[in-house]
Amino acid sequence: MKCADVVVLGAGIVGAACAAELARQGLTVEIIDASGIGCGTSGAGMGHLVVMDDSPAEFALSQWSVALWRELESEFGPQQGYRQCGTLWVAADDAEMQVAQARLEKLRAGGVICDLLDEQQLRACEPSLRPGLPGALRVPGDGVVYPPAVAAWLLAAQRPWASCLRTRFGQAVVALKKNGVQLADGTLVHAGAIVLANGMGAMEFVPGLPLAPKKGHLVITDRYPEMIRHQVLELGYLKSAHQSSGASVAFNVQARPTGQLLIGSSRQFGEHDPALDPEILGRMLRRAAEFLPALPALHAIRAWTGFRAASSDGLPLIGPAHTQADAPWLAVGHEGLGVTTSLATAKLIAAQLLDLESAIPIAPYLPARFLNLQSAYG
Amino acid sequence: MDKLLRITIDGRSCEVPQGITVAAALAHAGSGITRHSVDATPRAPFCGMGICQECRVTVDGRAHNLACQTLCGQGMIISTAAASAPLAGAIAAGSQRSASLYFDVLIIGAGPAGLAAAQIAAGGGEHVGVIDDNPQAGGQIWRHGPKAPAPKKAQALLQSLSHMSNVSLMHNTRVVQQLAPDCLLLEGLQHSCVVRFRRLILATGARERLLPFPGWTLPGVTGAGGLQALIKGGMPVAGQRIVIAGSGPLLFAAAATAQAHGATVVAIIEQSPPAALARFLASLCYTPGKLAQAAWLRFGLRGTPYLLDSHVISASGQANLEQIQVRHGTRQITLACDRLACGYGLLPNLRMAQALQCAQDGPAIRVDALQRTSLPNVFAAGECTGIGGMELSFIEGQIAAYAALGNEPAARALFKQRAKWQRFAARLAEHFSLSSALRNLPDADTLICRCEDISYAAVTAHSDWRNAKLHTRCGMGPCQGQICGTAAGFCLGWPDPAIRAPFTPSRIGTLMQTCDTLAAAPEQSNDGVMSC
Repeated sequence: MKCADVVVLGAGIVGAACAAELARQGLTVEIIDASGIGCGTSGAGMGHLVVMDDSPAEFALSQWSVALWRELESEFGPQQGYRQCGTLWVAADDAEMQVAQARLEKLRAGGVICDLLDEQQLRACEPSLRPGLPGALRVPGDGVVYPPAVAAWLLAAQRPWASCLRTRFGQAVVALKKNGVQLADGTLVHAGAIVLANGMGAMEFVPGLPLAPKKGHLVITDRYPEMIRHQVLELGYLKSAHQSSGASVAFNVQARPTGQLLIGSSRQFGEHDPALDPEILGRMLRRAAEFLPALPALHAIRAWTGFRAASSDGLPLIGPAHTQADAPWLAVGHEGLGVTTSLATAKLIAAQLLDLESAIPIAPYLPARFLNLQSAYG
Repeated sequence: MDKLLRITIDGRSCEVPQGITVAAALAHAGSGITRHSVDATPRAPFCGMGICQECRVTVDGRAHNLACQTLCGQGMIISTAAASAPLAGAIAAGSQRSASLYFDVLIIGAGPAGLAAAQIAAGGGEHVGVIDDNPQAGGQIWRHGPKAPAPKKAQALLQSLSHMSNVSLMHNTRVVQQLAPDCLLLEGLQHSCVVRFRRLILATGARERLLPFPGWTLPGVTGAGGLQALIKGGMPVAGQRIVIAGSGPLLFAAAATAQAHGATVVAIIEQSPPAALARFLASLCYTPGKLAQAAWLRFGLRGTPYLLDSHVISASGQANLEQIQVRHGTRQITLACDRLACGYGLLPNLRMAQALQCAQDGPAIRVDALQRTSLPNVFAAGECTGIGGMELSFIEGQIAAYAALGNEPAARALFKQRAKWQRFAARLAEHFSLSSALRNLPDADTLICRCEDISYAAVTAHSDWRNAKLHTRCGMGPCQGQICGTAAGFCLGWPDPAIRAPFTPSRIGTLMQTCDTLAAAPEQSNDGVMSC
């Protein structure tokens, strides 16, 4: 007996988006999370909705998904914290200004609205930034959101698709079965298909997944309204994000709707301990203060860490885990772009499951690009 | 005649007595309002001890300073308007000084336990550092101000410590984070320091148990010990009608302080039933000094109704507190008052111990007979190891210091004295246990999270603290769940929220300091009293 057409593991932003999209398409969906909604990486990140263009596939997915976010804007309440604040990619020197110019051309060619600010325009736009910065690339269509509240919104009883959606919290899935999943208390939840949207947790069920955690630190301040307006990053962030070993930090600050500043970012490989690392925290804040000279005087009220589930080639895994029949579906490996690309990821999962036309080519994200994946059925 | 300071409050120049806190100055000069909450309602100091963050004001251009923990200075400019961001250039980057310090014995907390420990450790020739987040040494019990001198025992101790060149007393100083097992990052008013130590004594004392009820966010409502602390800091109460409520012997002490400063204590409201109180009073014959103290306090307040088996169920008023509703046995009564001081006893202050991951026994730090915690070279003394009063704290501080010096015989010589006060502590806990009716005081609209203005109903819609926090913002404000987390723990049975750095709101400039940055410019100073 089937209890649901699809069971989704993980009620983070990706799992919630997948569950909502599948339910919207008329499938019956059960979403399962041991902790609750948005308690993992979704609750630990910045919630930056950003067009990234490291590869054509990343560009296509993030651009499409940011557009999907903008379509939802009018439906969100203040809780979801959606704001189309735009991203400012700040150049630290003239060399980075050339990087900004090159990105401008690339983004524009792809149809993204953006412009280049010179020194004066940047000062006028964000007066708290250090004087003398040569300029910035502005992407006004980017935004920010509060991911746990969006995940809760997608799963809320008020949504039109809610009648097709069930939630089950407080119990871990301990094994995948051919026809469903088994919970810690022995309960079998029958389902026609399984979507793994549980980040690093997916490795438990699909050994050999090319995922690794990238640890990040964030700090939030008390309320200082109007200090900055955009999500402001240094262009050097791209270098930091691309590094594949060691620890790196980059200036990345966001104005929350509360007037608080959310300060990042750091990346550490091979770290599994969630404890704060004072050295990394200090480095990250020193870097941020180079761009925002008033920062040292502000009060930090909280700091925390999170783990981005990063794939080995920088693109998410969206699709069947392998070619065997009854393979579980994967929606994992988004690294720092899970919030941004969650909505598009959900569309790609639905397109494949229901054999629908997709707005962008699916091939670059298929897990099949990695050979030798197998799921472990318990 | 008081010496006066000229300060500016919200653009108005005024004179206030020297030595008072900014919180007291705001009350001298006007309404005492310190800030407007997220939902734009006025707020005033509440806990009086630097925990609740209700009294954040802008002082000399620095936003979010605690008015209750800041002493007024000549020419100080205070603003209660919403914080604005300092513009780039207004504050020079990295303008705060930083230092690197080393102590043989580092003591956290300058109350009776910490000061007693400092005296013993310094007498043994060790370099001793004592840090405390209050503006003056003495802790809550020996808190003093211009019109409230410290007791003789405290004065003598402070006097003796001030003559010891190997003791550094650092007030207005908070621990921000742990950088290494033997290294802490501290923040003072103007600068930060990285401090290394060989042995650590936690003497972090107690905090008041503050429980939510409808109206508890109104200006005029404070803790009971909180009111006492605020009055000692110079808060004027002359001519005001005050109700003292909650539980435990502290209520009488708070009432006596209020009365001595010219307030009319309308009533003292104790939640314990008469039988429990009678048993407690009978047990005081084991500690005649305490019995005499209780008799003296009661005599001083003989005209004040003492309502047993009673608790405050709500407070109301327009902008300020005007009246309270009290459950008295089976009846409900209304009392008109200008202030309500309501505290449900004391809780060991465990934040430092939890941050360092010391083992606990229930709500207290676990220590052995020599006051050793579960961590090597870390000792604990005083009320952070269990509520027991000043006398017990003092002896435990001495024992911890002797143990830290390796002088076990001297420590053991004090065991008998300690045992007597430990028995007193046990009786205290037994007779003032809290009624479960108090768990149901908040109604759906009561704000349980005072920092973020989150209602009780919003929080109880979630199954645990983590989910409530993520989805309501409860506990995400600057007090970091110290008030609402305790409230949720009491009302809902949720475990204490975990503690992470920064242990208290801290300047980013301080968090920028790490072992790395200080290795570049090492500097050692252990000389004399320095104010960090």
